[in-house]
Amino acid sequence: MSGNTYKTAAPHTGSTAYINARIIDPAGDSEYRGAVLISDGKIADYGPNLFASGAPYGIESVDCRGLVLAPGVVDTRVHTGEPGEEHKETLESAGAAAAAGGITSLVLLPDNEPPFDDASLIEFVARRARLIKLVNMYAYGALTVGLEGKELAEIGLLAEAGAVAFTDADHAVGNAQVMRRALYYCKAFDALIVHLPQEPTLSGGHMTSGEMATRLGLSGNPPLAEVMMVERDIRLVEMTGGKMHLAKISTAESVAAIAAAKARGLKITCDTAAPYFALNDLAVGDYRTFGKLVPPLRAEKDRAAIVEGLKSGVIDAIVSDHRPQDQDSKRVPFAQALPGGIGLETLLPISLELVHNGHLTLPQLFQRLSSRPASLFGLPGGRLAKGAPADLVVFDADYAWQIDRTDLWSKTKNTPFDERPVQGRVMATIVGGRTIYRDDSFVTAAAMA
Amino acid sequence: MGLPRLPHLLGIEGLSPETISGLLDLSENYIDQNRSIDKRRDMLAGRTVINLFFENSTRTRTSFEVAAKRLGSDVINMDVATSSVRKGETLLDTAMTLNAMRPDAIVVRHHESGAVNLLSQKVNCAVINAGDGQHEHPTQALLDALTIRRRRGSLEGLLVAICGDIMHSRVARSNIHLLQIMGARVRVVGPPTLMPTDIDKMGVEVHYNMKSGLKDVDIVMMLRLQTERMQGTFVPSISEYFHFFGLDHAKLEYAKPDALIMHPGPMNRGVEIDSEVADDLDRSVIHEQVEMGVAVRMACLEALIGGRRNALVGAVA
Repeated sequence: MSGNTYKTAAPHTGSTAYINARIIDPAGDSEYRGAVLISDGKIADYGPNLFASGAPYGIESVDCRGLVLAPGVVDTRVHTGEPGEEHKETLESAGAAAAAGGITSLVLLPDNEPPFDDASLIEFVARRARLIKLVNMYAYGALTVGLEGKELAEIGLLAEAGAVAFTDADHAVGNAQVMRRALYYCKAFDALIVHLPQEPTLSGGHMTSGEMATRLGLSGNPPLAEVMMVERDIRLVEMTGGKMHLAKISTAESVAAIAAAKARGLKITCDTAAPYFALNDLAVGDYRTFGKLVPPLRAEKDRAAIVEGLKSGVIDAIVSDHRPQDQDSKRVPFAQALPGGIGLETLLPISLELVHNGHLTLPQLFQRLSSRPASLFGLPGGRLAKGAPADLVVFDADYAWQIDRTDLWSKTKNTPFDERPVQGRVMATIVGGRTIYRDDSFVTAAAMA
Repeated sequence: MGLPRLPHLLGIEGLSPETISGLLDLSENYIDQNRSIDKRRDMLAGRTVINLFFENSTRTRTSFEVAAKRLGSDVINMDVATSSVRKGETLLDTAMTLNAMRPDAIVVRHHESGAVNLLSQKVNCAVINAGDGQHEHPTQALLDALTIRRRRGSLEGLLVAICGDIMHSRVARSNIHLLQIMGARVRVVGPPTLMPTDIDKMGVEVHYNMKSGLKDVDIVMMLRLQTERMQGTFVPSISEYFHFFGLDHAKLEYAKPDALIMHPGPMNRGVEIDSEVADDLDRSVIHEQVEMGVAVRMACLEALIGGRRNALVGAVA
């Protein structure tokens, strides 16, 4: 938001109390009016009774006036252009967009140029994130060399360098033998494999199969290409005793297959991205390339099933699947357009639709946005606990506004949600106790350092 | 003439029956003109039409060129093979460059579905879709309709079989829209591998063999097997395809005795159609289709850029 500010503030020292907040505690599955005390970048105390009669003298206090205070969003699927395509997005511009979106930790996909199949790339990202001093940035390591799905990458060395999980990003590993070995090998390091389930020989189309694709004359990607790979992966997890997180689930059949696998006790988890519960294939009518995504937007019945999967908890987490593309990549005929949409700043407001529509409570939503992805990926943030990092978001859950792509912080503006009316706006984003983003209307004593 | 003003002609989908009838009525006027010795009028004198073909085409491009010249327009054929498109210029840069030369209409053929719609958003002259990918080819459907209407009087209530490579055919899609808008019933006939997903939801009957597909039809429209758009195997061999789906006199027996045979061209003799059938003067209207093509394209140009409106189009910049 051009009028608002993000800032790389000095480390947080001393104590700050956020009082009069509507506090969301995902782990406790509860919400209440109360306060959070931050000391030296960590959560020192929190609760309904804390500072009920005002903060003591000497502690800086911020009056939240009833706004929501929740653990910051942990977004485990973000692509930027750095290194390789800095004209699309840098780590700094992505960090700014994340801050404006209430995201306090993000995990970077490895499909850059060069891909993150070498430990030096993981160290590069960590060093850049320290310099930028915005949100916490972690990185995936490549699962296979060059993301080609043929030979295992140096998973152990990448893990030592700080890679938090392993994936070939939007490339599915079609070779079952390679995936079987990866699942076995990762057991030695307790490493998490994140896989986009798409049968490669069936998923070459440009939008989901069906009447709309037939009318538009575009080649289709059948929904069954997803569940076929989900079912293969479930069998491989069963065979190897490994663990896998399935990314961007988009179809009703996949949700059902994963529910059954979980019921059998297999170590399978999954996420979906905001477009798959908020949009369907009508969004690519008139050849709108901003709606061209991987996997493609599906039919309405699939969208509804994703909402149900989020309600039941079969789908563990929500990601932004942020993928910047410039005009040259999108203002071309549909089949030639590169897939992907930006999502860092829209993730929270779009996800809040699940609350406004009565599908989830706020604590349930923040389980899927914050605490669950943090625990799956072993990240320190995403929770409200004494001693946890003070990574928090303050937002107005009812604030109505309209998404305008030209107002977004990202370098490219390819959002599939342009002009969508939404409810819920970030007022402040706090990372390690530092306020890194603040909406101009949230003027408090906590002036930024 | 009572036709609603069209800014562009991008597809048949969404056109009203009145618009289609109006365009066909307008086309009728030009048939006699085209058959007379003096074929040229000056209705479009001073106007410029650019033929921008990203895909090789002899028939359609020539047809548009003849149509525009017979109305007195200047015509420029952009040879994309030697143009800056080959030097990496994007579709939209090409569109805006041509637009700056202030043409009155651009006739576009492109190998990608939706490319013509995209281009039309960036220019302020009329755009005619001369075929985009597997999406639409509206002037082909109009010339087919004109051919049928002249032979049968009306499209209403006719049973039409569109046969062959439905999946890769923009001609099939435009014809499915137009025939149903005008009250005809449509069957699509071909192997399941060449049927697009959910084609039945477009309101057509789907048949996988010629016997049931051609039963009692008034019109048989054959389509070219578009091997150049196929990735991988859709049919085992040409001879097997011809055996089961090629139109010969034996299969034609299933249709009504006076059923007309149509083909958008170019034909692959011995692949989707037998030479004897294609050249059967009693049944085949394939050459008439080509003749009607010029008349229909003259009508489309008149409807889009004829009359006073043209001056306004040029002034929008």
